[in-house]
Order: sequence, then C-alpha cells, then structure tokens
Amino acid sequence: MEAAWPALALSLKVALWASAIDLLLGIGLGWLLARGRFPGRELLDAILTLPMVLPPTVLGYYLLVLFGRHGWLGAWLLAHFDYSLIFTWQGAVVAASVVSLPLVLRSARAAFEDVNPQLEAAARVLGLSESAVFLRVTLPLAWRGVLAGLLLAFARALGEFGATLMVAGSLPGKTQTLSIAVYEAVQAGQDDLAWRMVAVISLTCIVILVTARRLAPQDTRAGMR
Amino acid sequence: MNFEVSIAKTLKAPGRRFELDASFSTAARWTVLYGPSGAGKSLVLQVIAGLVRPERGRIVLGERVLFDASTGIDVPARDRRLGYLFQDYALFPHLNVRQNIAFGLRRGVLNPRRSDDSPAVQRWLQAFELEAVASQRPHQLSGGQRQRVALARALVNEPAALLLDEPFAALDPGLRQRMRDELQTLLERVAVPMLLITHDAEDVARFGQQRLRVEAGRVAAD
Repeated sequence: MEAAWPALALSLKVALWASAIDLLLGIGLGWLLARGRFPGRELLDAILTLPMVLPPTVLGYYLLVLFGRHGWLGAWLLAHFDYSLIFTWQGAVVAASVVSLPLVLRSARAAFEDVNPQLEAAARVLGLSESAVFLRVTLPLAWRGVLAGLLLAFARALGEFGATLMVAGSLPGKTQTLSIAVYEAVQAGQDDLAWRMVAVISLTCIVILVTARRLAPQDTRAGMR
Repeated sequence: MNFEVSIAKTLKAPGRRFELDASFSTAARWTVLYGPSGAGKSLVLQVIAGLVRPERGRIVLGERVLFDASTGIDVPARDRRLGYLFQDYALFPHLNVRQNIAFGLRRGVLNPRRSDDSPAVQRWLQAFELEAVASQRPHQLSGGQRQRVALARALVNEPAALLLDEPFAALDPGLRQRMRDELQTLLERVAVPMLLITHDAEDVARFGQQRLRVEAGRVAAD
C-alpha cells in the first residue's frame, strides 16, 4: 500500500492544479462562447470540445508536438527558460487540464447563456462598469453551473491516464499518478495493491459525482427567477 | 426637464427589417409614448438609456447631451444617470430587497452587504413600506412589492429621469388597476420626470401629461 499514497497525493495535486486552470479558462472561454459574436465561434467551441471525443493517445501526441523538445512551444520554453514540461508533474497538469476543460466549458457556456441579458442591462443603467456587471450579476448567476462542471472536470482530471502517460511518463514518486500506478500494479501482478488503489479512486469519484449532482439541478429551480 | 430626442436605427433580422426614425421633444413632467406592439417603443427607450446605439441622431436631457452622432458624443449607459423600470422589473434574483435597492450605490466589483443600512436605502425601504420584506429575495415578493423594489432601486441613485417600459403589461386586469393606482401615488411623491411607454389607453389617460403616438418607427404628437 505504501506505493499508493504518493501516487494518490500526486493525483490530487495534479487534479487540483488542472481544475484551477480549467476554472479560469472555462469562465473566460465559456463567457466568450456564450456572449461573443465573432466568426468561427462554433468552430472554436468544436475545437475546445475535441479532447472529450479524441482518443487520449491522439491528444497526448498533439501535446508532444506542441510541448516536446522540438515542439513549437516546447522549443521556445527550452530556449528562453531552459525548461521542459515533458516528464514532469507540470506536464501531467497540462495534459489533465486539456482533457477536462470541455466539461467546465460546456457547463459554463450553458450557465452564461441562461443569464437573462436584461439583468445585465439593469446593472449597466444603475451605473456599473462592464467588469462590475460581470462580477456582480453574470458570474454569481452562472456560478452553480460553472461549479458543477468544475467538479466533473476534477473527477476527470483525477482519472486521466492516456495523455498523461505520453506527456509525463510514469516515474514513481515523480509523475506516476494513481491511475497510472494501477496500470503498473496490474502489469506487475500486484493484484492486492491494484485493488486497494481502485477502491480509493472509485470512492473519491463517487463523492464528487454526488456533490456535482446536488449542485447542478438547483440552477433550473423556480426560485431562481 | 426637457427631453430632445432625434434618433435613427435600423434593425435587421433574417427576412425582417425595422426602421426607427423618431424625433420628439417634451417639457412635460410625465410623458407617454404609446402605440401598438412592434411600433418601436421599447427600442426608443433602450436607445435613450444607452443600451442600444443609434446610427444617427441626438439625445439631449436638460442641459446634458447624452448622444450626438455628429460630434461623436456617446455617454455610456452607466453615466447617463437614468432610472429604468423594466417590464418584468429585472430584479436581481441572487440579492435580497435591501441589496437590490442598494445596488447602484456601490459602483465597485462587490455587491452590497445583505444587511446594508445606508441612509438612502433605509429611506426608500420606509417610503415604499418594504421594511418587513427587506431581507427577502425577489421571488418571495408579491407583484406590488416587486414593482416598489424596482422603483426604489431606480430612484435611490437620484436619476435625472425615469424610463418606464410597459410597467403593467404583464399583469392580469385586476392587479393592473391596483398597480397603476399605486405607481401614480408613488410618482406624485417624487419630483423625477418620467417617460412611459405603453399600448394601453388607460395608461395614456392616467399618465399622459404629454402624449406622443408611435407608429412603425415614427413618432407623432397627439
């Protein structure tokens, strides 16, 4: 069981960071997709949703193309900061956040679209700047939807396997997350260890799903008018 | 208080095109713009409030130029100092009555506290008999209370004028009569000039010190 705890701690760390990134990107992009009027809006939505349907290996490959030593961003990071994401836990964070972003994004976009534009107009007439309108009216009214998506994204990030393995590898104590440790344990015939880790991750995900479900439906309750 | 409005705006939707070309001026305390639905009344109000930008024209309220296409003046909605009563009141559902009324007193990025007790808020709570429901959310209020909260929210900022968008259109006839009486009483107590739009002849009779007819995007004196 000793091997399980560092893996669980790493999984939680990666999932928390990935969710934090998803929260910021999900709110920003979700609002842009809900309220922005620009050509290619639906194309952008489709591209950002791709990670949900693409095989994780394909996604991992794209990330390597982007962040690898000879990748567009990777070469730049290496040249200017002497830094590479490959085989680091930060690389696992990037993989997990890309994979789970669509879950926050879809939920946030729907929540922002549900906010009555007249309430925002009322706030403008009452003297608020655009940023104040967003922070005091739009975001609070969309918050539950954003949060429900965020919890799903956290659960998804916690279970991320394919893209993470390709970008960050499986270095025990360094980049070996719980889901990768399960795979390694099964490969090594350590059924006991695998079983315990599977139980831990299943329980965590159940708690998250129940919480997300309690958050989501209240959005549409009559009391919100 | 003088209102001088002269605005042009074309709205385009697939298979539909609407041209607003409205000019009017009024010096009355209460002015009513009336006409059938689809005549462009709401659009006139939104343009005056700065929520919709016209293509051409000029809007002057008293001494202040709010919009002038020829000199490029376009005061943003937040600086026009107008009170707007929306048709369904547009109260903030996530805030209680106190916070709704105090909303425009705080211009920062934080909403007023749930127990906000600014003197101005207290005064309007008292004046409109809303003290008993001060900590309730809008969905817990009766129609009459909602109207009073919306009016208090608009008046607390001491607007230069009030714009009322069909305030009784969504109500059933019995309630409509009662709310009309109530609004009239409340408006008689405040000195703020108002511009009301409606398609209801009763509203015109009651509030129309000056009456202007709107038809197909044009405004004509009564």
